[in-house]
Amino acid sequence: MRDMDAERLRMLHEIQEAEFTALELQLFLDTHPDHMGALHEFNQAAERLAHARRRYEERYGPLLSYGFSMSRHPWQWVDEPWPWEIEYPPRKDR
Amino acid sequence: MWVYEKKLQYPVRVCKPDVQMARYLLTQYGGPNGELAAAVRYLNQRYTMPTGRAKGVLTDIGTEELAHLEIIATMVYKLIDGVSAEEMRKAGLGDHYATFDGDLFPKDAAGVPFTTAYIAAVGDPVANLHENMAAEEKARATYENLIRLTDDPCLKDGLRFLREREVVHFQRFGETLMHVKDHLNSKKHF
Ligand SMILES: [Fe+2]
Repeated sequence: MRDMDAERLRMLHEIQEAEFTALELQLFLDTHPDHMGALHEFNQAAERLAHARRRYEERYGPLLSYGFSMSRHPWQWVDEPWPWEIEYPPRKDR
Repeated sequence: MWVYEKKLQYPVRVCKPDVQMARYLLTQYGGPNGELAAAVRYLNQRYTMPTGRAKGVLTDIGTEELAHLEIIATMVYKLIDGVSAEEMRKAGLGDHYATFDGDLFPKDAAGVPFTTAYIAAVGDPVANLHENMAAEEKARATYENLIRLTDDPCLKDGLRFLREREVVHFQRFGETLMHVKDHLNSKKHF
């Protein structure tokens, strides 16, 4: 299993957090489509996610397949580690 | 259409290898209340849902369950990482090792293989949504069993995340059920 540098893990965490917020709000909006506040928060999370993803991909390569992310040469999609191989440092908050 | 995202939904941490726990966790991979069954069940039920909301909920929760399948697979992968055949055998995974080595196979903790009977569907949106609410509660209870079975705080953290998700899914399916019932009633009394 691979250790990643701290900055990469921090950026990945930022993406996971923004995307989780967006996902949770998406499910909520599916059953509350008229909820203005949730929609506002969803759009904010989506923007945060787009920024975090762009910053990460500039440094570490594509996160999404099939043309949603671009690659440098040589084809970066096959770069390791794959998600299940990443060694996360222990949580500091517990 | 689905697009793969090269990251986990939630970081999977395992403090130490634990083959016995990997064996128990398999039930959330290919068991009756597991993530594979949930994902296929919801995505399979989308087509007969009567409203856009219900189709959206099944699409989005079904897709999230695929991300959970990946989390469970990662937990198992990490729990048996670097473990010898002898240790697999001692933990009751000798039969698994003989056939699959380190590969995953969808089955429950007792080794019962995945069956398509887990993909419950009856074509009636109200019955299907009740089925899904029960499935979420069963998955929540299974995660609670798994949390009690391990003393690894890293693994507990990931399992707690998955348990929480089942609670949220149950809630969303409940709201969808009310909405679908209202929709069907308004059509009936027209
Ligand atoms: Fe679920």
